[in-house]
Amino acid sequence: MSYLEVKDLKVHFPIKGGIFGRTVDHIKAVDGVSISLEKGKTYGLVGESGSGKSTTGRAIIGLNNITSGKVIFDGTDITNIKRTKSEATKNIQMIFQDPYSSLNPKKRVVDIISEPLRNFENLTRKEERKRVQELLELVGLSPESILKYPHEFSGGQRQRIGIARAIALKPKLIIADEPVSALDVSVQAQVLNFMKEIQKELDLTYLFISHDLGVIKHMCDDIGIMYKGRYVEEGTAEDIFLNPQHIYTKRLVAAIPDIDPNKREAKRKFREEVKTEYDQSYNDYFDEEGLAYKLQPVSETHLVALPEKG
Amino acid sequence: MADKLLEIKNLTTSFRIKDDYHAAVDNLSLTVNKNEVLAIVGESGCGKSALAFSIMGLHTRAKIDGDILYRDHNIAKMTPSELNKVRGKDIGMIFQDPLTSLNPLMQIEEQIGETLLLHNKEMSKTARQERVLDLLNKVGIPRAEYVMNQFPHELSGGMRQRVMIAMAIANKPELLIADEPTTALDVTIQSQILDLINKLKDEMNAGIVLITHDLGVVAEMADRVAVMYAGQIVEVADVKTLFANPLHPYTRSLLNSVPNSDQEQDQLHVIQGIVPSLQNLPREGCRFSARIPWVDESAHEKHPELREVDPGHQVRCTCYKHFSFPDETKEEQHVLS
Repeated sequence: MSYLEVKDLKVHFPIKGGIFGRTVDHIKAVDGVSISLEKGKTYGLVGESGSGKSTTGRAIIGLNNITSGKVIFDGTDITNIKRTKSEATKNIQMIFQDPYSSLNPKKRVVDIISEPLRNFENLTRKEERKRVQELLELVGLSPESILKYPHEFSGGQRQRIGIARAIALKPKLIIADEPVSALDVSVQAQVLNFMKEIQKELDLTYLFISHDLGVIKHMCDDIGIMYKGRYVEEGTAEDIFLNPQHIYTKRLVAAIPDIDPNKREAKRKFREEVKTEYDQSYNDYFDEEGLAYKLQPVSETHLVALPEKG
Repeated sequence: MADKLLEIKNLTTSFRIKDDYHAAVDNLSLTVNKNEVLAIVGESGCGKSALAFSIMGLHTRAKIDGDILYRDHNIAKMTPSELNKVRGKDIGMIFQDPLTSLNPLMQIEEQIGETLLLHNKEMSKTARQERVLDLLNKVGIPRAEYVMNQFPHELSGGMRQRVMIAMAIANKPELLIADEPTTALDVTIQSQILDLINKLKDEMNAGIVLITHDLGVVAEMADRVAVMYAGQIVEVADVKTLFANPLHPYTRSLLNSVPNSDQEQDQLHVIQGIVPSLQNLPREGCRFSARIPWVDESAHEKHPELREVDPGHQVRCTCYKHFSFPDETKEEQHVLS
């Protein structure tokens, strides 16, 4: 049994219509996603905006209601746990995308970071302050900054405050939803390095959600690619980047900008080839509704959404 | 080949904070040629967008000194009504965020038609409609007839960005300024939009100023690159030279901090410190020196200037000659802060 096991997760949102606001239809934001994540590893969830990757992350931590399916964390079923003071909510924490809007501008750093502590642990003022200072030191901010407000920090520093808040309760699993997408490359490098460091130090497991394949490749051991709420391909980083099987993955990998301007022409040509292939074989890879098929194993670690043989 | 389209001479754009003016773009000179993509790179807060807005004359409160010569006209000295004749006609701009730059109450047809109408008063309504349709097709919007009557909120991010591009090129501008045109978009859409901009460059023989912080995009698109730091240009070179032989410490640090898809590295390079805010910008000496403290002070110039090291390759300050990354010389000197 893996550390985090998501089985056939479905999250459907109702569409209300008519004068009585009855449910007329559903949006299948997540439609049958299964993830299994080993302890200490980083799992990357990739997809375009609207593919349901964030919804998956939020459903696991209990911020979205799960329509059907199961989430098992460390042997306990945490499907649709309410955000009560349970072990599971303490052990899973989240890092949000935008460090500018995910920190309350009216709160001081000490209040932001100690909020999870106040929810779960009974500490005296003094102990609390000491813990916050330790945490700040851990994320590389000076302990004197506990009385500052978020606007006094730069983007990278704010994201580190967000991380300090996430690791305050010594969680085991961290769901990072586009943690560096709003940041400059240099700041992004800072945050990524730091996330890797604390992963080793605190033995953390990450579910890393991003649309940036460069970042995903740098961070992740295993990768799942989502399209319209379903998986199109899953495998190790090597499987996905060196041997993509599904046409959608191929196109995604081909679209990564190359840092070498000498390869520009070759890359453009390759991209056009993939685009033609994509247009031609679209019907072979997606069903009538334009959704992906069920995953079929092609090797031990590598799963691809292909139509059943016939 | 160097067919100058735009020449910026000693441009200084300053903003008033409390009672003082602070220069966000500081004594900057730059040329843009025809049929060329000039990329301007830097972290946020380096003055890239302030530069773009100055070229377009969009700063209403800022103090602008220096000259922006477009053909024989000096944009910096134009009155608003003169500017309005040039903006949107000869110079087009693609803004960063398509959702906030489109009018939410206007249908797409009206939105693009407005630019057309402003610059050709005689154009008939049907002719305008045809042109809008033509433009939407050109930027690759499927079912253009239908999209014409939709509102911005009904379109996806990529679609909106295309509408913005259609607006920017409606009057066949000779100069196109693209301020982070793909930053808000997914990779697949990004590559489509970049292809589109490239195609437009060839078709209209236009000069394009591409402002971005994404070095991948630069490598894919640019002919020449200008690296900006703290309101100044620190390095200019053609794209191949810049990536193969970057000289200025800032350029090298930026290139090193990108997760490279070809080689495995455990740690990314981190540039120490942050871009100084406008008020705290050091105005003397090498502005980047605070972020490379391990380089000896004597390596920097007192008054760093942009100097040509090779034809077409300019670098500011002498510190590049003495620069190496700390982990190249001493191991484990990674400081996180």
